[in-house]
Amino acid sequence: MDQILINTLNGVSSGLLLFMLSSGLTLIFSMMGVLNFAHASFYMIGAYVAYTLTGIFGFWPALVLAPLAVGGLGALFERTALRRAHKFGHVPELLITFGLSYVVLEVVQLIWGRTPLQFEPPALLQGPAFTIVQSPTAGLSMVLGAAGDVLCQAAQCSRFPMTRAFMMGVALLMLVALWLLLTRTRIGLVIQASLTHPEAVESLGHNVPQVFMLVFGSGCALAGLAGVIGGITFITEPAMASVVGSIIFVVVVVGGMGSLAGAFAASILIGLLQTLPLTVDASLADAINRLGAGVGPATPGWPILRITLAQAAPILPYLLLVLMLIFRPKGLLGRREG
Amino acid sequence: MSSLGNSLRLALVSGLFLTAAAANAQKGETVKIGWIDPLSGLMAPVGQNQLKSYQFMAELFNKSNPAGVKFEIVPIDNKLSPQESTNAVKSLTDQGVRYLVQGNGSGAALAIMDAVQKHNDRNPGKEAIYLNYAAVDPDLTNSKCSYWHFRLDADTSMKMEALTTWMKDQPDIKKVYLINQNYSHGQQVSRFAKEIMARKRPDVQFVGDDLHPLAQVRDFAPYVAKIKASGADTVLTGNWGSDLTLLIKAANDAGLNVKFLTYYASVTGTPTALGAGAAGRVYAVGYAQTNMPGEVGKAVDAFKAKFNDDYYTLAVHHAFNLLSNAMALAKSTDPVKVAAAMEGLKFKSFNGEVEMRKADHQLQQGLFVVVWKKADAKYPYSVENTGYNFQSVKYYEPYVASTPTSCQMKRP
Repeated sequence: MDQILINTLNGVSSGLLLFMLSSGLTLIFSMMGVLNFAHASFYMIGAYVAYTLTGIFGFWPALVLAPLAVGGLGALFERTALRRAHKFGHVPELLITFGLSYVVLEVVQLIWGRTPLQFEPPALLQGPAFTIVQSPTAGLSMVLGAAGDVLCQAAQCSRFPMTRAFMMGVALLMLVALWLLLTRTRIGLVIQASLTHPEAVESLGHNVPQVFMLVFGSGCALAGLAGVIGGITFITEPAMASVVGSIIFVVVVVGGMGSLAGAFAASILIGLLQTLPLTVDASLADAINRLGAGVGPATPGWPILRITLAQAAPILPYLLLVLMLIFRPKGLLGRREG
Repeated sequence: MSSLGNSLRLALVSGLFLTAAAANAQKGETVKIGWIDPLSGLMAPVGQNQLKSYQFMAELFNKSNPAGVKFEIVPIDNKLSPQESTNAVKSLTDQGVRYLVQGNGSGAALAIMDAVQKHNDRNPGKEAIYLNYAAVDPDLTNSKCSYWHFRLDADTSMKMEALTTWMKDQPDIKKVYLINQNYSHGQQVSRFAKEIMARKRPDVQFVGDDLHPLAQVRDFAPYVAKIKASGADTVLTGNWGSDLTLLIKAANDAGLNVKFLTYYASVTGTPTALGAGAAGRVYAVGYAQTNMPGEVGKAVDAFKAKFNDDYYTLAVHHAFNLLSNAMALAKSTDPVKVAAAMEGLKFKSFNGEVEMRKADHQLQQGLFVVVWKKADAKYPYSVENTGYNFQSVKYYEPYVASTPTSCQMKRP
């Protein structure tokens, strides 16, 4: 029971980090039609900039300043490069973000080096947030902070780290703030209108290119924020962008292009899909044998049947991507076809 | 033949003076060593460290070595790719480089072995030798062994022999969890661990055996939860790079209090991530500890002073020791003669007396089991400036880690 709980928490927290990344990506895509290949690169820049700023101002100011800096860089890129490429159609736009991802990777390596950085969370975020105690006598309980050694000797203790709890908190705050911004403010309404009817919005006197720049910058800032938190929770190194790069596209497609609610649902789904199957060591062959059929090494297709769910887990999100594109191309909550 | 006859006659005529000169014919010659390893991509930090190691140690050995030769390093970036490695062999042999070294990745190692074999078959008189200083696939000195290939690191099975010899004397190791990268190296670690432990301590249970994608996993928390649920007291892993650091970091965060037995905890980047949280719990098996006594220890300190980096690929020392001893013995820098001299050669290196076994060209050497601990007065070196280092728990003589070979060597 405690293991199911801790695994679910792990899945939800990694899903929420994915949401921080994919919310920006999906906003940018739905508004500008740009599939931003460099989105994960902004995630990485966030972590690296925050590392440097932490050395100067401390972690908490860096948590605010780094995303702002990344957002500024994103807006600058949109204004100087992407807007020019926009004239030539979607393919050049795609290629320019693709090129940017490589430029960013090399620049980051030139400035900060190729080895992982020692980016430690501040004292407040170190250690466990709470401990789940599964006692054979008293059942399941929860202790804030670390549980005592005495308690843990008699029972199974599973700690949930503070960084992950912080990650969940920030993502949820961000979700609420984004929702309020998009539905309750004037600028939010203009953004929403520009998503579907940019010409009409422009003829009403709004500066649509500037709105584009704002959205691109904010999307990058959100990725930067995710980067700061991902950097302290996992690892700050040049490969951190490529590891999340492909999975956020899965989130956006599964959730539905341009749907924030869809991105949220898909993030949680993918987070759980990356976590829970890893714990199951049963294979298809086991399942068939449970039903009474005798499947063994002699059965045709044994090499596939014997693969356990844990081994297959890393491909499940991508399998979902393919199935989703075949059976429901608009995604879970997407509004537009194709 | 006639020139040899002439020189013999000359030597006889001129007496002692000329024979003395012939005995040291190789003295003062420059030996170019082609270095083929990654300087870009995933393994670039490791490759850069090792290139610096080779250049630094070449300078050191140029001051004095048994053969009195000068070493010069000619580096080529192989991007960790077998294809690029084959091209590098071609390019280096075209430049007249006759000695090649490589270490990262058994795939690239195999490609180089193949390329060197073909080159030597086609160009008699221009043979090249390949010294492998870190690729540890046992196949390279077993089913796929080659006369021109010499391995200086201990292979996966030898390290596992040493590690399991230590494990069998640890009564608190009862349940072992295997977690490895899903490619040849990780699969071999998992296989050898199960095979050898079944022989040495059949009572040890393997409570898990996970293979995860190579360099793809960001979040090891689910694996750590699984290890916790399995009730394991020890985790055995061949992981390296971010796959090892993230695993240990996730374990620290979740409060998983088990031993970690590793192969590659000392490789660039990993010590930084280990930090204080892993002290006393992370073990590694290899040919050295951090604070080696004697000459090599001074070299490590000098390397740190010059580059602010750690010299941990001590097999570089083996390479220069082996080559210069063999050249002194062969009285030549001709690879054909040097290869013959290296076979079965015993020499003193940093971890005791070692032997280049004739049957399969696998260096037989003593191995250490080390543990990550706070630096103290006795072991002061600070790895990656963390204030911690790897200290010896146990040293095993070469015969302990020695494994039999199935190599059917084809000699020219």
